[in-house]
Amino acid sequence: MVAAPSPMGAPDASGRFGSFGGRFVPESLVPACMELETAFSEAWADAAFRARLSSLLASYAGRPTPITECPRLSAELGLDIVLKREDLAHTGSHKINNVLGQALLAERMGKRRLIAETGAGQHGVATATAAAYFGMQCAVFMGEVDVERQALNVFRMQLLGATVHPVRSGSRTLKDAVNEALRDWVASVETTHYCIGSVMGPHPYPFLVRELQRVVGDEAREQYRERYEGADPDVVVACVGGGSNAAGTFAGFAETAARLVGVEAAGGSAVGHGVPGIVHGMRSLFLQDEEGQVLEAESISAGLDYPGIGPEHAHLAELGRASYEAVGDAEVLAAFQVLARTEGILPALEPAHALAWVIRAARDKTLAPGTKVLLTMSGRGDKDVAQVKEMLA
Amino acid sequence: MSVQVPHNDAPVRTVGRLESALRAQRAAGRKLLVPYVTGGLGADWVDIVRALAVAGADGIEVGIPFSDPVMDGEVIQAASQRALTQGATPRSVLSGIASAEVDTPIAVMTYYNLIARAGDKRMAAELARSGVAAAILPDLPLEEAGPWCAEADAAGIETVMLAAPTTPDARLARLAERGRGFLYAVGLLGVTGERSQLAESALAIARRCKQVTDLPVLVGVGVSNASQAKAICEVADGVVIGSALVRRILEGAGPDGAGEFIAELRQALDT
Repeated sequence: MVAAPSPMGAPDASGRFGSFGGRFVPESLVPACMELETAFSEAWADAAFRARLSSLLASYAGRPTPITECPRLSAELGLDIVLKREDLAHTGSHKINNVLGQALLAERMGKRRLIAETGAGQHGVATATAAAYFGMQCAVFMGEVDVERQALNVFRMQLLGATVHPVRSGSRTLKDAVNEALRDWVASVETTHYCIGSVMGPHPYPFLVRELQRVVGDEAREQYRERYEGADPDVVVACVGGGSNAAGTFAGFAETAARLVGVEAAGGSAVGHGVPGIVHGMRSLFLQDEEGQVLEAESISAGLDYPGIGPEHAHLAELGRASYEAVGDAEVLAAFQVLARTEGILPALEPAHALAWVIRAARDKTLAPGTKVLLTMSGRGDKDVAQVKEMLA
Repeated sequence: MSVQVPHNDAPVRTVGRLESALRAQRAAGRKLLVPYVTGGLGADWVDIVRALAVAGADGIEVGIPFSDPVMDGEVIQAASQRALTQGATPRSVLSGIASAEVDTPIAVMTYYNLIARAGDKRMAAELARSGVAAAILPDLPLEEAGPWCAEADAAGIETVMLAAPTTPDARLARLAERGRGFLYAVGLLGVTGERSQLAESALAIARRCKQVTDLPVLVGVGVSNASQAKAICEVADGVVIGSALVRRILEGAGPDGAGEFIAELRQALDT
């Protein structure tokens, strides 16, 4: 008997998860995407590459990150909540897992310049960090709106030696930062690696980034089983913009019985309100009008302010293996404060979305009392404190 | 009108209206000039299309503006944004093209999402109904182009393929084989926009394209003025002029100014 294929296996030869994914890029970039596909597949099968990455993740990024029980929050909600602590990784979020892997790949391909898009600045900071560590050049594209609301992260990137390019086109947020990074790459592809920050873009990026992030889910599953005598959580929750921390987390639990829940910002809910389209190199779900013009997402969280979603999430939603929920800004602000007050942890606004859904689901009994929840705390909230202060004033 | 000619691999290959026109002009010893204008940009954009035809364009590229044009530099981004703000939609641009009633073959240039949203079959039919001869889709590479090309072929719409400086030779031949209308040689690594100097890569890609195909080879991206156009046409069959024209339109050139600029290029290429 042949085992059922994993719901999170490799994409097909055209880079598709079901009907989503693919490689819709200008001809100039096609050879580079093919080169990256080959380089990744060789590197991922190369024990020496894997060992070098593991060693960097341990000695430089601080892996494994712990899981943390939340007794006071659990008591308040009547659930059993455990956090996977990506906020404790170097640079303050899960983004470091991806950039260390991609910087190693860039080195392997002989490319000495990294470019990146960033929303909240977490991926930009992580890319600038990897560039500094490997002695590479780095340019980060960031929407002008985000440059303003994440000024501290802009300064961090500059301290790390990166050039930050404010993007003034379109909605001046993450979507436009991706456009501008693609435009740079079209011109610089021979010397530059585009270090995409999420499970999005043309093949092989959605697969490559998920594989580099699956360390989150694989660790969490083992840690959880060790702590709970071999049991898995009932529900695994993560926030979704492009969806890299969710993809990495889900990859570790796709073959367990755990229910998988991705939480989007209500103003950027591609699964809730998007339709299939082709943007940023991939076929996926996007907020768009009836003509196909991409709509602007609206969220307090710069990291989730994206009108699309990674293609594998679109596929998981279609399969029904994961469900996707949306929460509004007010719930997120409340969740931010609840976690700070009950557990002494300031979450980034992005994972505060995941918590906001858990709080709502506890109150309306979507989650039965005593449900065991694992939530990926994808980043820490230091970057958001000034913004939250303003919003609460 | 279409002509069936034998081709190396395919049993028959339909030569469409744009390709026929370009081949005929080339056979007559003329260098090919294809200006680009953003559809829906300003109230007089259809008059601009007519003026380009009168000024001696061999084909006209009309952009259907898209919210996220990743292959375009600042000028065409600004033009697209302005056209969208002024209410341009795929439908309004196509009805503008239909109303222009020019004999010069028209190719639409846009991004694939606008086609995918409508559906390949429906959009191919709408293009044909509007009198459009060809389509240029810079974010639809060869590997993804199959479903669209099948519908476009069936509707008689020529799909122009793009070749880049990074395209390996073997792939270049496959692009030329799938390409209809002309082979669009991207003159440099970069997005659309004017450059003060002609990139060396423009001549190199033109030469490489000419070696693998008998299709007309036109160089676009970074071709900014008459002297650059003339230099490229030493090797290529012609040029696409986009940002240099659109910048003038954004600055208020109007149909007269746009026509004068293209007439000047026409004259330079003809002498």
